[in-house]
Amino acid sequence: MNSLRKYFDKIKPNFEEGGKLHAFRSLYDGFETFAFVPNTTARVGGTHIHDAIDSKRIMSLVVIALVPALLFGMYNVGYQNALAAGQLENATFWGMFFFGFLAVLPKLIVSYVVGLGIEFTVAQWKNEEIQEGFLVSGIIIPMIVPVNTPLWMLAIAVAFSVIFAKEIFGGTGMNIFNVALITRAFLFFSYPSSMTGDDTVWVAQNAIWGLGFDVPDTFSAATPLGEIAAGLTAPTTSFCDQVIGLIPGSIGETSVIAIALGACLLLWTGVASWKTMLSVFVGGALTGWCYNALGLSTLDACQHIVLGGFCFGAVFMATDPVTSARTEGGKWIYGFLIGFVAVTVRVLNPGYPEGMMLAILLMNLFAPLIDYCFVSRNISRRAKRAIK
Amino acid sequence: MSTLFSKANKEALINPLNLNNPVVMQVLGICSALAVTAKLEPAIVMGLSVTIITAFSNLIISLLRNTIPNRIRIIVQLVVVAALVTIVSQVLKAFAYDVSVQLSVYVGLIITNCILMGRLEAFAMMNKPWPSFLDGIGNGIGYAIILIIVGFCRELLGSGTLLNIQIVPDWCYEHGYVNNGMMTMPAMSLIIVGCVIWAHRAYNKDLV
Repeated sequence: MNSLRKYFDKIKPNFEEGGKLHAFRSLYDGFETFAFVPNTTARVGGTHIHDAIDSKRIMSLVVIALVPALLFGMYNVGYQNALAAGQLENATFWGMFFFGFLAVLPKLIVSYVVGLGIEFTVAQWKNEEIQEGFLVSGIIIPMIVPVNTPLWMLAIAVAFSVIFAKEIFGGTGMNIFNVALITRAFLFFSYPSSMTGDDTVWVAQNAIWGLGFDVPDTFSAATPLGEIAAGLTAPTTSFCDQVIGLIPGSIGETSVIAIALGACLLLWTGVASWKTMLSVFVGGALTGWCYNALGLSTLDACQHIVLGGFCFGAVFMATDPVTSARTEGGKWIYGFLIGFVAVTVRVLNPGYPEGMMLAILLMNLFAPLIDYCFVSRNISRRAKRAIK
Repeated sequence: MSTLFSKANKEALINPLNLNNPVVMQVLGICSALAVTAKLEPAIVMGLSVTIITAFSNLIISLLRNTIPNRIRIIVQLVVVAALVTIVSQVLKAFAYDVSVQLSVYVGLIITNCILMGRLEAFAMMNKPWPSFLDGIGNGIGYAIILIIVGFCRELLGSGTLLNIQIVPDWCYEHGYVNNGMMTMPAMSLIIVGCVIWAHRAYNKDLV
């Protein structure tokens, strides 16, 4: 650590005013503050409180919480590939994992390079400190797309959402919509055939560098929710597989267990709000139970929660502190409605097998309104108390 | 000729093209900018139709402006505009049937186009016929320019064609290029109009 600090100190003059690398000032600043907590204190005079951890540290925690789901996603990519090729007995654990690793890594790199590239450029251009919000979005984005998404599509979608969902609104902390979900929504509406269309998008088709297997051209695998939308009464995968995550789906969303690990870390450190998270699950379960009881859906409440992106969205995206409701009471309503809308879209709209993305984006839009209602209710209640 | 194109008249014609553009400055006529711009051809035809109707309705109302009772002026304006819209709609049906099918109700809806009523109320009711005519042409073309920009982007990126001629070469498709489906949805034209406004304001800093 000491040598890194020394190295940073050594190259620092190059990036200061008049230095030869001044054009990359924000790049240096971004990496320095990422590696070391900035040594700034509150100004003297007035009341300022600096929290012990700044937003870069919070973001890093979320990234750590995402790692189990990402690693499992990599393994599952390899597992699905071997399963599709009918070579499961010939595949080793590490072989499948490295195949998935190689399939996912380019997406991760593209997502970070494009997103951070835009962030650094904007920060440099506006002469601001580099914002770190993309640290989390950049790892979430590859996890919520199918494994066969072409890289150029991903690059365009990331650029679109960083510019139009984030920088336009003023950068990190100002965005109305979740950046990662806007990326997915852009892909979903722009290139539907690569996102859901035929069912060949969910399983990696070709061997990479001798790892993995070539899948026969005719093979297709639907996600469990896709199967339901196509008219089956029950998914072909077992409930056990669905919980562990050995089912076709977007890279990081399949495993409930891996997501639960991340959720524990987020809740234990207090980064994510337990109220939002819990109410999403409650809303989804209640709605799923109602539809099941009414005979509109063949899935029971439990499966609605386990399948698709429900858990991933509830844990990592509904709780996004920027775009979710901020009042304590508002969080309950916000979360509950996400669960309700997600399951409703799944059940009632035959065109969209999965509704989590649309539900969270819709509620992102209403979060400020929910907050406004709670704040004004508080104000009027206190005003009444004062008058009495 | 010097009086025909005096400074004030020139301004009436030129201003709406850029600094006082009806779409990007006054944000009028957005509905049709969303509805008809999925392809370039209908966008051009729509822009032309609106230009003709704005110009002539401005001219006619300006001629009548001293005889129109103030309390029923809106209904008189509507009658004039509706007559012109009907003429344009019939001409389109006769000579450009395919486009008129694509435009469907939106030709008829020119009657409700905010730019038209705005120009009639704001300009033609208090100016002489010739400046009003120029103002109508200017505003119509200002509107058409934006429609054409939006239509250009949406058709090129959404369908890979321009005026129904394929622009994106086949080898792109063979190498995995896919048209952007969102460009064919109306929502995307709002974002493109937003980009145009962004560029316009960035270029004309004093408008901000």
